[in-house]
Amino acid sequence: MNFELTKEQRMIKKMVRDFAEDSIRPKAIQIDKEARFPVEIFEQMAELGLMGIPFPEEYGGSDGDTLSYALAVEEIGRVCGSTGLSYAAAVSLGASPIYYFGTEEQKQKYLTPLANGKALGSFGLTEPNAGSDAGGTKTTAVEDGADYIINGEKCFITNASFAETIIVTAVTGKQSNGKNIISAIIVPADSEGLTITSNYDKMGVRGSDTAEIILDNVRVPKENLLGDPEKGFKQFLYTLDGGRISIAALGLGIAQASLEKALDYAKERKQFGKSISSFQAVQFKLADMSMEVELARNMVHKAAWLKDQDKPFSKEAAYAKLYATETAFRAANQAIQIHGGYGYMREYEVERYLRDAKLLEIGEGTSEIQRLVIARQLGC
Amino acid sequence: MNIYVLLKKTFDTEEKINVSNGEIEDDGAEFIINPYDEYAVEEAINQRDAHGGEVTVVTVGDEDSEKQLRTALAMGADKAVLINTEDDLEEGDAFTTAKILEAYFEDKEADLILGGNVAIDEASGQVGPRLAEYLGIPYVTTITDLKIEGENVTIEKDVEGDVEIVETSLPLLVTCQQGLNEPRYPSLPGIMKAKKKPLEELEIDDLDLDEDDVAAKTKTIDIFLPPEKEAGRVLEGDASEQVQELVSILKNDEKVL
Repeated sequence: MNFELTKEQRMIKKMVRDFAEDSIRPKAIQIDKEARFPVEIFEQMAELGLMGIPFPEEYGGSDGDTLSYALAVEEIGRVCGSTGLSYAAAVSLGASPIYYFGTEEQKQKYLTPLANGKALGSFGLTEPNAGSDAGGTKTTAVEDGADYIINGEKCFITNASFAETIIVTAVTGKQSNGKNIISAIIVPADSEGLTITSNYDKMGVRGSDTAEIILDNVRVPKENLLGDPEKGFKQFLYTLDGGRISIAALGLGIAQASLEKALDYAKERKQFGKSISSFQAVQFKLADMSMEVELARNMVHKAAWLKDQDKPFSKEAAYAKLYATETAFRAANQAIQIHGGYGYMREYEVERYLRDAKLLEIGEGTSEIQRLVIARQLGC
Repeated sequence: MNIYVLLKKTFDTEEKINVSNGEIEDDGAEFIINPYDEYAVEEAINQRDAHGGEVTVVTVGDEDSEKQLRTALAMGADKAVLINTEDDLEEGDAFTTAKILEAYFEDKEADLILGGNVAIDEASGQVGPRLAEYLGIPYVTTITDLKIEGENVTIEKDVEGDVEIVETSLPLLVTCQQGLNEPRYPSLPGIMKAKKKPLEELEIDDLDLDEDDVAAKTKTIDIFLPPEKEAGRVLEGDASEQVQELVSILKNDEKVL
């Protein structure tokens, strides 16, 4: 048993923290206020090799592990939830499925530009009527000669407006038991018949692009099918398990930021002639926040470690996502409370943490879905 | 070109520092590459990329200094050398470090040695110049620009805000000042590659030195934190009264006039 990070992991954490402090933090308020996707930050992150942490060098990656990637997401999330979410989605949902399930040719062609950060990828799973019920997917892909013709509608798709490739899930047939076969297909974003619009006015993670995709007779070659055509559903469940670790890490970053802001403010702020940090009412909040942040961190690290060891991590990823994101929400909420009236103001940032944290309890599987995943693992 | 960087591990002065019994507490302190040495690492990498050769980063420190060396390797340096004095020396000063480095450089053919202008902890700024003296090579401190053409070197040197232009030749030692360059972050691939780069560990014994050869020439009497900032005073009355009072404070209380 060893709780220490490796030298490389510590260096990565420090590098990402320095970068986030210098290059992202000064823009975080503006990114939120203007709901602006920070393209220039993603270019810098690409230069630093952050977009390809968990992928091998041969595909343009940095040859790091899941834990290093989780550390990077935490550090970015600690200063800017919007950037953190787009980062986590680009790596875990946009690029990872190609790495997990792609053919050698698909990896060379589609994973390399995502891993070296020359392009962003997106994952189109959610539909207006298929959210938690991903099996209810209505989008169809029909074989036509050497191609698939895809029709349907996707919503709430992170990064799609800035993506070069979108992995789209679609019904490709029926199993013998009558259930739909759902497959994943790589669709270049500039395909004819593909319309991407980004009109959402969001509560939080406002700088992260969220788009709606309409597929109207989009034709892609059959070779763009990703992985086993019969196991599309299982594949994206696996993808989502991995994605949960990164969303958990993002929640951890926001929770950590909330704790730091609340602690600093509580020490500075004087009422009744004393720092409010000397009052037990405030101390108890800070003690709980600090404890929960550490527990969340342990769970995130454990889930990442299990994945790195090629051990089952589905349940632990769900624990981590559920606990870390709910911790983020509670910590942000308490941070606002400790700040009092100031906390309600954008300038103090903690109100943004709360708005950003709320998304994490919904995206990539709601808290309720996480509990279902856990219950299923318990044999319920 | 054989390029060497002198690197020191220092306290991160942006983090909280605790002093007890005249010593800085190691526990809980954050350690970083001395920021001025980061300019030296960056410059060394740039000069190597322009002129070819190899960058070796050298530190005199302890086991933990490996972290800072690995960071320099991750930035792009080729090799690192840790001269570990942990077991041999109780304390050292600029003389100690310069003597050890002199012994290290004895059999090296260094074309260019770069160091930081000062270390932010003790700020003596002496190790570089002392080493150059021992090695019998020219040195220029606080440089903000470095151009090398063949053996000829043109340097811009910061002199209290003004610029002095110095022409000299290799081999050469320089110490780096803010403004020379913008140190890069170690990239992810850089961090992963740093694992495989050579890091040699030496003790003073390996350099044929005894403890006595490098015994510190100075003695630290005390270390203390600067006094905490006190609340400001607002003078009252009309302008002439305020001036009177201010002058009186500066003269009698603060004794600066």
